[in-house]
Amino acid sequence: MTGTSPTGTPERRRGARRSGTTATRVAFGAGGVLLVVVAWELYKAIGPATGVMIGDLTVLPRTTDLAMPHVWDMIGRLFEQSGNGRNAQPVWLAVAQAAVFTLGVAAVGWVVGVVVGMLLAILMQRFRTAESAVLPWIVLSQTVPLIAIAPLVRRWGAQLEFGDFTWESWMSVAIIASYLAFFPVSIGALRGLNSPDAIHVELFRSYGVGWWKTLFTLRLPASVPYLLPALRLAAANAVIGTVVAEVSIGLRGGIGRMIIEFAQQASGDPAKTWAPIFGAIAVGLVAAGFIALLGVLLRRFRRGEVPA
Amino acid sequence: MSEASTTAAVQVTGVDKVFTAKRKPSVTALDSIDLTVAPGEFVSLIGPSGCGKSTLLRLIADLDTPSAGTLTVFGKTARQARIDQEYGIAFQQSGLLPWRTVAANIELPLELHGVNSAGRKKRSAELLALVGLGDFAESYPDQLSGGMQQRVAIARALAESPRLLLMDEPFGALDEMTRERMQTELVRITGETGAAVVFVTHSIPEAVFLSNRVVVMSPRPGRIRDILSITLPGTADRDEHLREDEAFFENVSRVRELLHGEAPVGIKPTAARGVENR
Ligand SMILES: Nc1ncnc2c1ncn2[C@@H]1O[C@H](COP(=O)(O)OP(=O)(O)OP(=O)(O)O)[C@@H](O)[C@H]1O
Ligand SMILES: [Mg+2]
Repeated sequence: MTGTSPTGTPERRRGARRSGTTATRVAFGAGGVLLVVVAWELYKAIGPATGVMIGDLTVLPRTTDLAMPHVWDMIGRLFEQSGNGRNAQPVWLAVAQAAVFTLGVAAVGWVVGVVVGMLLAILMQRFRTAESAVLPWIVLSQTVPLIAIAPLVRRWGAQLEFGDFTWESWMSVAIIASYLAFFPVSIGALRGLNSPDAIHVELFRSYGVGWWKTLFTLRLPASVPYLLPALRLAAANAVIGTVVAEVSIGLRGGIGRMIIEFAQQASGDPAKTWAPIFGAIAVGLVAAGFIALLGVLLRRFRRGEVPA
Repeated sequence: MSEASTTAAVQVTGVDKVFTAKRKPSVTALDSIDLTVAPGEFVSLIGPSGCGKSTLLRLIADLDTPSAGTLTVFGKTARQARIDQEYGIAFQQSGLLPWRTVAANIELPLELHGVNSAGRKKRSAELLALVGLGDFAESYPDQLSGGMQQRVAIARALAESPRLLLMDEPFGALDEMTRERMQTELVRITGETGAAVVFVTHSIPEAVFLSNRVVVMSPRPGRIRDILSITLPGTADRDEHLREDEAFFENVSRVRELLHGEAPVGIKPTAARGVENR
């Protein structure tokens, strides 16, 4: 029996890789936010009102209240009323509702994107020919600008009709989000599915088990370390795709439209413009938090490779 | 097919293996190999790097197919033997799945072949005791030393009580002390299970200590130079003391002469069976 304690070693290893407790990490995160706020206010205080120009080129923005409202004005505006009459409500509530709406659509887009990406990756892993036939199209698909596909998706969607089902605008937005989300998943999952060493693949061959069993017992678990970053990218893409597609499809209720609407009121109410941007950031944070949670749930599959 | 007791564990007859690649000269990894391994017999393959030891083992395991000749395992084709799980295999790297506990790694082949959970638990507990890792069932591979990982890999190879064990330098990455302890354990384990073993190694003392017979191979093309019967007590009775025994050193020198010396080079490369005293 060798003298290593069963628990001593990994703790030491983990400690070396990630230093600090949760508390210090939170403190560093908060410090980073504070730094941005300080830099913003400092430049606003000492920078020239017309901005910094080199020749005709503006390299730093104007510091007027119109271009750069005070941070406390932006936050304060969140708690004042928006709109008038019957549909008056605090800005933060309107933003929160829009954020939840956008998050929901992005989540649908993410799920569809992940499913499609995984299926493509599995297909490409299974058949070499599928890889050479499909992979170039997957890469090419991402060079098509969103603006170009948005009207197409809406038109095709509108033609779909079976039974009680009718295509709704939010579905078009979700499809566009999934169009951006499937890409990193298919690429990351393909790498992950191909990641098991020859020795593992041969071991499964020696057990005489088929491709499906090998997929579920070996390839999918082994792909998790490659999949998690891909899922995170997919989540970010889904959120961005949703916000942009809300604008180009013209879907009401989400952050995307709100950014446009509030921007149109910017001359009279500059601080309000920033409210939906905070909303978009919040949506991104929730999405990132969800992936982090997923990473915790799957931590068993992220253990370091066995040293030989 | 005759009875199990009389059928050879491995029967290799006139096997060639040629690797061909585009725009490269083909490599003759094995050239007319004949070898018979009896049930329960421990046979080591030894020879310089590149002489085809791993290739021969992979052919027996049906991880590759011979270019010519026939190869049977317990009277079946290599493919059928693999499908019937006639052998267990262990490589130089332990090849454990990092996301599975030690017990779950040992149970992997059982799980893949549909053994129920109670049966798997019982078997992995037995095997963990056999390789002396009873306290580590719930540990993960990265929490074990290299030698412990290798023992888990051996336990996994034994999980389905195969009649044949194929091992490719399983102790190659271990330090000398661990290595000798593992050899002693392997001798004990194979004694208890009665499995035949084909064992690839680079170490002469290791081959002598473990084997009933040592197959000495030569490279380019890969041939069997000679097969040597080890004149030592039956493998079940071998222990640490044997390493200091006069007879042990004698056998080591015989293998060394065959490996390095020009001695009885393969004019008839196949069947120069043993030296006088068997
Ligand atoms: N997949 C392959 N493709 C081409 N040539 C190969 C392949 N596998 C092995 N060879 C060649 O076959 C010969 C024998 O290789 P093998 O791995 O069996 O040697 P070995 O005796 O196990 O060597 P070592 O002791 O270094 O492990 C070598 O010359 C090698 O280059
Ligand atoms: Mg080898």
